[in-house]
Amino acid sequence: MVWSVSAKEAASESDAVRAGTRRVIEIRLHSRGGQGGVTAAKMLAVAAFLEGKYSTASSFYGAERRGAPTVSFTRISDHEIRKYSQIRRPDCVIVMDPTVIDAVDVTEGLKPGGKLLINTENNIDADKFEDYEVYTVNATKISLDFDLKVAGAPVLNVPIVGAVAKMGIVRLDAVRGAILKMFPNEKNVAAAEVAYKMAAML
Amino acid sequence: MQEEVVFVTGNEAVARAVKLAKPNVIAAYPITPQTEIVEVLARYVESGELRSEYIHVESEHSAMAACIGAASMGARVFTATAAHGFLYMCEMIFWASIARLPIVMANVNRALAPGWNIWAELKDAMAHRDAGWIQFYTASIQEAYDTTLMAFRVAEDRRVMLPTMVNLEGFVLSHVMQPLRLVDEAAYDEFLPPVRIPHALNFERPHTLGTLISPEHNFLVQYDNNKCMRAADDVIAETEREFEKITGRRYRAVMKYRCEDAETLVIAMGTLAREAEVACDSLRDKGEKIGVLRLRQLRPFPKAFAEEVKRLPAERFIIIDRAYSSGYGGILAEEVKARLYDLGIIKEVKSIIAGLGGQDVPHEALEKLFMDKQGGETWYGV
Repeated sequence: MVWSVSAKEAASESDAVRAGTRRVIEIRLHSRGGQGGVTAAKMLAVAAFLEGKYSTASSFYGAERRGAPTVSFTRISDHEIRKYSQIRRPDCVIVMDPTVIDAVDVTEGLKPGGKLLINTENNIDADKFEDYEVYTVNATKISLDFDLKVAGAPVLNVPIVGAVAKMGIVRLDAVRGAILKMFPNEKNVAAAEVAYKMAAML
Repeated sequence: MQEEVVFVTGNEAVARAVKLAKPNVIAAYPITPQTEIVEVLARYVESGELRSEYIHVESEHSAMAACIGAASMGARVFTATAAHGFLYMCEMIFWASIARLPIVMANVNRALAPGWNIWAELKDAMAHRDAGWIQFYTASIQEAYDTTLMAFRVAEDRRVMLPTMVNLEGFVLSHVMQPLRLVDEAAYDEFLPPVRIPHALNFERPHTLGTLISPEHNFLVQYDNNKCMRAADDVIAETEREFEKITGRRYRAVMKYRCEDAETLVIAMGTLAREAEVACDSLRDKGEKIGVLRLRQLRPFPKAFAEEVKRLPAERFIIIDRAYSSGYGGILAEEVKARLYDLGIIKEVKSIIAGLGGQDVPHEALEKLFMDKQGGETWYGV
């Protein structure tokens, strides 16, 4: 990690940004309190970190309560991340609970051509999201199939992160590694692998 | 030996640093957004990983009082607080520094009510600017960890013997998760000598603390405190160099980013300075000669600041403040202007007030503010 950067080193960093060789991926996750959105953001960050990248995970902290729409964030970069502001123009949006779509504009600020992952059991109206690369996965079913429950409700973070690997944002082996670090249980890994297989682009 | 890296919040990072320092006594009261620090420490003590006396108190005033009692007996002591908790311990805060007790405290910066606001602002620490504590302001989770590790050594140095505060901004640092490179325990044990407080109470040579002090002597105590605070500047620099030897991580009182040829210098503390670096990169790409100078300590005000200001070519200063002195100005801006006067240097100064009460300050907004050539004071969002 570089703390005091000389003008020359910093210039080469800007050059990398200009040339597009320095990729910063900003991800926003929409969920409802209790579904594991914060943990999913962390899991993605850990997976990216295991790939040798720098990453941060955060959440917007307000009056959290079970069932309320919540937003979490992950930033992934090849360099130390110096942004501490909220993500306004994400490269990728993940919707863990499809009912959030009726409550908030999930694509707000999403870059044109950006990636959108929706957890849903139904078909998605593709016209509604025509500016984006849309993926769907039935993470709730996978979670229930593997009996991944906390306090009776399905936990969605493990299958969601598996599906994100399908979108090419993090590698599946890194996702496996992150799950084993955070929830060392083969069942969780298997659920993520099934989600990886099931996730499909519209 | 392989370096261990974990992925943790700023709060957990601070708790992990404290665990390495092995304080004899921890006395703390939980408050958002600091709570996780004392929770994690309580867990370490409960599991036996950390052999500290953990004193459960009913308030922050008592927490600092317990820290003062323990340090007066020669113990290494830690506490953590934020915002209202910090203000509640105010009386004891001054006591700790006048009594020259090397207490280390993490303060998770948060705004003050009303209305109730749990988000980042530096006013809680700035309100204690004149309390005689060394004040560090950090700008990443790694830095909060590393600075806490260094704080014990600085505070307990014979030439200093002053309480030391490590600030990290609420939520933006306390609750964000980043990779953290851990310092090896054996290396740290060597870095931090055992605590020895020369004026600690001693049954063999009994003496009294806190008795009446006459007008002929009180000012001498204050004069002496200032001497030690000034000396702390050199001790901090020395400690940072020693820390660099064991970790490779370089900290200085003044952290410079693309300053050497800058015509405009942004001066800031904490994470807003890092966000300003991103704005700086973008403006550099557009041909603007701009740099960011980040202050890591407010007290003692670093001598290095004067040296840099005399040396660097910038004629225009932009100062970002996340705390405001009502009826006066941005607190850092006023400190900087006072220093410039001392140095007999006149610069064009612009003061930006941003990020109060957790206000989100994206780099795009900073870029616009930096380009606005108007001087004086600007409140972002007003």
